[in-house]
Amino acid sequence: MLETQEKTLSTESTTRMNGAKAIMECLVHEGVELIYGYPGGAIMPVYDALYDYQDQVQHVLTRHEQGATHAAQGYARVTNKTGVVFATSGPGATNLVTGLADALIDSTPMVCITGQVFAKLLGTDAFQETDVISITMAVTKWNYQITKASEIPDVMAKAFYIANSGRPGPVIIDITKNAQLELLDFAYKKTTAIRSYNPIQKADENELTKAAELLNNAKKPYILFGQGVTLSGAETELKQLVEKSGIPAAWTILGLSAMETDHPLNVGMLGMHGNYAPNVLTNECDVLFAVGMRFDDRVTGKVDGYAPQAKVIHLDIDPSEINKIIEADVALVGDAKETLQRLLPLIEQNVHPEWLQQFKDLDQMEWDKVIEKEIQPKEGLITMGEVIHLINEETEGDHIIVTDVGQHQMVACRYAKFAKHRSNVTSGGLGTMGFALPAGLGAQMGAPDRCVIAVIGDGGFQMTIQELATIAQTKTPLKILILNNQFLGMVRQWQELFFDKRYSSVELENPDFQMISEGMGVPAILTKERASLKADIQKWLNHEGPCLLEVRVGKENNVFPMVPAGATVAEIRLD
Amino acid sequence: MKEKFTICIFTENQVGLLHRLTTIFTRRHINIESLTTSEAELDGVHRFTISVECEEEQVEKLSKQLSKQVGTLEADYYREEETVWQEIALFKVSTNAFFNGTQLEEIIRSHRTRILEIEPNYVVLEQTGYKEDTQTLFEKLKPFGILEFVRSGRVSISKTNVPFKKEKETILKKEKH
Repeated sequence: MLETQEKTLSTESTTRMNGAKAIMECLVHEGVELIYGYPGGAIMPVYDALYDYQDQVQHVLTRHEQGATHAAQGYARVTNKTGVVFATSGPGATNLVTGLADALIDSTPMVCITGQVFAKLLGTDAFQETDVISITMAVTKWNYQITKASEIPDVMAKAFYIANSGRPGPVIIDITKNAQLELLDFAYKKTTAIRSYNPIQKADENELTKAAELLNNAKKPYILFGQGVTLSGAETELKQLVEKSGIPAAWTILGLSAMETDHPLNVGMLGMHGNYAPNVLTNECDVLFAVGMRFDDRVTGKVDGYAPQAKVIHLDIDPSEINKIIEADVALVGDAKETLQRLLPLIEQNVHPEWLQQFKDLDQMEWDKVIEKEIQPKEGLITMGEVIHLINEETEGDHIIVTDVGQHQMVACRYAKFAKHRSNVTSGGLGTMGFALPAGLGAQMGAPDRCVIAVIGDGGFQMTIQELATIAQTKTPLKILILNNQFLGMVRQWQELFFDKRYSSVELENPDFQMISEGMGVPAILTKERASLKADIQKWLNHEGPCLLEVRVGKENNVFPMVPAGATVAEIRLD
Repeated sequence: MKEKFTICIFTENQVGLLHRLTTIFTRRHINIESLTTSEAELDGVHRFTISVECEEEQVEKLSKQLSKQVGTLEADYYREEETVWQEIALFKVSTNAFFNGTQLEEIIRSHRTRILEIEPNYVVLEQTGYKEDTQTLFEKLKPFGILEFVRSGRVSISKTNVPFKKEKETILKKEKH
């Protein structure tokens, strides 16, 4: 994470080569082993150079450039390495936009390389020319257009440094065709600092003391953690803090899996469809310590009514997150791992049994009213929750769960158990339907020895369904779960609850997913009955290669609890 | 409550950086009232002066998001009373207008307007000041016929601090990127 500490890797002498080969050399120097991409006219010299690097760098041909971005994201999220994407100019480049936006809002390190028309043709409406720099300005951490081969080594080094330092994010490098063909004297030096970029600040000592005092003296302290913990590798420090202080900790959906789900002080999920106790008690704690999270509106509900009684300590690597949504009484701007390491010695050993009991009491209410019938239903159609529950039983939480967006995502985040870190991949901030299938491919390739499960709704599945062919071609043993309710379920739920059941364009007459999957080379299983569900899950998970399991679930089931739009977290509804 | 603020940004001199910075205003639906950019006292460093009208909370968040962009060296914001600023306006009027009595000459004298260029057909005048000053002159010159008019964005200097001082010293030491 702290790239500045990395040793400088440089080649002493220079070698004469063309720009395309130089790009491949840069990737090798940055330790890139995997690229997702799609060739086309303006990037052909790079693909030609790639031909000579096949034993060092694997290229995966996705079926759409958006799929390449999400695959690179899935890979980056489980490995902490930078995902790399190749695409051509014009439509190739514009197809990257959704993935870039997703990676920016969810802080995922990614470097995309796009071909561009010859520099002399820029601005002339040349074939497949698009101003990708302007288009991607708002959805990238940084972008740059290379028009001369000599710029390649420096710009590429900068791209990798920016993408995976500080708060990570996507970078796009657009390279004109002439720059790929021209010769340059190549020498590579990794970037370790940029004068106009300050990726990591050090949390102020006084603020740290104030934070410790607040936490030590609190009666009802509460920790909320997000993806910052995962990104900085602070899982151990978080656990030490929680255990030493006895403070209950709840997570955002991007923070999920940074702490084992069955830890006694892990009190569950925050936000709109989170657990009951963590939401209600947000408005009862006296000190709220947010670690590596940004108070997304799906987490806070109505901001004016969010923890008004609490003193807030906010730890984040990005100074622009402090006071953005929730006013911080104590601001710790820094890397989560380093800051928690400094905070730990100042924290007193403590326990909060009465405060914890409050969580347990509310958990019981949620169990009685929601969870029990969701994960252990006795009658009616199969529920999404029981599928996830059975998967937990099979894998004992040793899985990577990749989710798409919608009801199945909320259910999977609520009920999936996690025994290991970096095991939850989802499109959180952007809510990109179609994310999970390609992201699952990337996650499985990044963690080849783990059981990776992509949980997808029947709506989102059809947005990037063509990546089944990529999964089949690469023989990636991804396990794909389609929770099919024949509706755009989350939108339908809102229409039911807030739009007077006026179901507007939410019902899906789906194709035969079994035939499609088989036709694309991925074996498929269909489950309609509860009686066969467990056996089908076992068969599916034990299958050697990729396998798809489609489960027909209740068509009009709703996800509860729920913080209605405009309500405070304390007004969360159990039904 | 909405107020006028002046945002001062120091950046690298790079293609596209202006676009990157203005998207941050667009995202928050904040209109840029005026914008001036040119090279600062350091080689390769550009200074942007941007005036906006919004709430302080907004401009504070805006400044932080401007600061974090790769390529931004520093971004600060100031209230009206914290800066000294000027705008420059150029007026092109017909040379003939000067031959009809002394009225135009009196206006130019009373406003301390500079005459930049005199040609047989037109005269170019320059007025520096607040927007109200250049606007008053505009109104007074209007009856004489203004052939062309342009007003710059604001350039401003802060009263309260020396921006960019620390950074300047360290940047000069650091390798240019």
